[in-house]
Amino acid sequence: MDKQKYAKLVKESSPGSNVAVNCLRAFFVGGTICLMGQIFKNALLAANMQQDDASLVTAMILIVIAVLFTGVGLYSKLGSFAGAGSVVPITGFANAITAPAIEFKKEGLVMGVGAKMFLVAGPVLVYGTMASVIVGLFYYFLGGR
Amino acid sequence: MKKYVGNQTVKFASPPSITAAAAIVGPKEGEGPLRNCFDFISPDVHFGMDSWEKAESEMVRQTVHLAVKKSGIPIEEIRYMFAGDLLNQIAGSTFGMRSFGRPFFGLFGACSAIGEGMALGAMLLDGGFANHVAVNASSHYCSAEKTFRLPLELGTQRAPTAGWTVTGSGAVVLSAEGNGPYVTAATTGAITDMGITDANNMGAAMAPAAAAVLAAHFKDMQRTPGYYDAIITGDLGKIGTTLLHTLMDEEKFSIHDRHNDCGLLMYDCEAQDVHAGGSGCGCAASVFAAHLLEELRSGAIKRLLFIPTGALHSVATLQQGESMPAIAHAVAVEV
Repeated sequence: MDKQKYAKLVKESSPGSNVAVNCLRAFFVGGTICLMGQIFKNALLAANMQQDDASLVTAMILIVIAVLFTGVGLYSKLGSFAGAGSVVPITGFANAITAPAIEFKKEGLVMGVGAKMFLVAGPVLVYGTMASVIVGLFYYFLGGR
Repeated sequence: MKKYVGNQTVKFASPPSITAAAAIVGPKEGEGPLRNCFDFISPDVHFGMDSWEKAESEMVRQTVHLAVKKSGIPIEEIRYMFAGDLLNQIAGSTFGMRSFGRPFFGLFGACSAIGEGMALGAMLLDGGFANHVAVNASSHYCSAEKTFRLPLELGTQRAPTAGWTVTGSGAVVLSAEGNGPYVTAATTGAITDMGITDANNMGAAMAPAAAAVLAAHFKDMQRTPGYYDAIITGDLGKIGTTLLHTLMDEEKFSIHDRHNDCGLLMYDCEAQDVHAGGSGCGCAASVFAAHLLEELRSGAIKRLLFIPTGALHSVATLQQGESMPAIAHAVAVEV
């Protein structure tokens, strides 16, 4: 059997993800995380916090919760159920930094935690920063008032 | 005396005997269908250690120690030891074996390690280079994930085609003389690469290697699949099994009625959420040591063809866009 014919056979034999179910789970879990954020923010605003500060503190609360959930092994369970629903919100980013930090703790604070902490989130930071610089340049030269 | 037949097979003149075997697994494997077959089910994936690498090494040490103890052979009479695993520099094996102080051959054949070790060990025994050898292969879900994939606590979904690395270790002690079951022939596989690049579908990468070594074995030995009561592959899983059956049909060696896969025997795939099935060096090794050998001893199987399968990629080769080469070795075990 040649490689092309085999690749076709593999494609036919390999089940795909259940997109509909995954989308629904992602929608509800992701939505719930965001709803939690909104509740925190409204509560902070109700406690007379400024709009900007409330947003910042809300993000901080969500990050702390996600880090704690990762530490006790619950975020990975949530992630295997919710998929993108728990990856996309800021909690997913917190999980992506905490998980490698835990995994590589045994290799020490420098070469383990320090070097490997950004194993998953690193590319997002690198290309996110790069994209923001490019967008900033466009904004400065073309979009500025 | 010439002991090689056909293109890539050795037919042993004095078939070495499997004197003893041991299998130690983790808690998830201990919840599977073979739960009553293992020598020991560790309730703790850490095996009392503080890192995954140490946990795997400790599991290896315990398994080899137990197999040798069950054989009744003093450890200083084990002439050679073979072991393989999935970690970088086969650290699970070397650290697990370091306390035994016996001559050691380290193996890397990915998940085919137990087949590679049994074939090489049997060759040494039949060649008169040793009277007893011990062979071990191991894998640990957590150390394998750390080596090949993503951190354990990262919240992601597994692909439906992905397997689940078995936390387990299987050791066998082979002797030049004994009451069987006997290793009667071994066909060494060639590296086979059908261009599969999806690391979440290793069954698809390995099925052609299994098909190639099976076809070679049948041709070299001038046998048909019907000669064997059971043909058991290592860790092809659901998708690899389907593909192997199709490939074997093309080779005109149909194996549907007598084939099974250690990856499918190890877990209840649906209930234990392991998607395609079990994988890893410890999958074939522990299923052989705990289950298949007992089937041979009880007479439920009289002639077994055991084909551990391995995907030979590394993280670097995958990231460089290379496809996954695979290998499989066929070992015939008869009572």
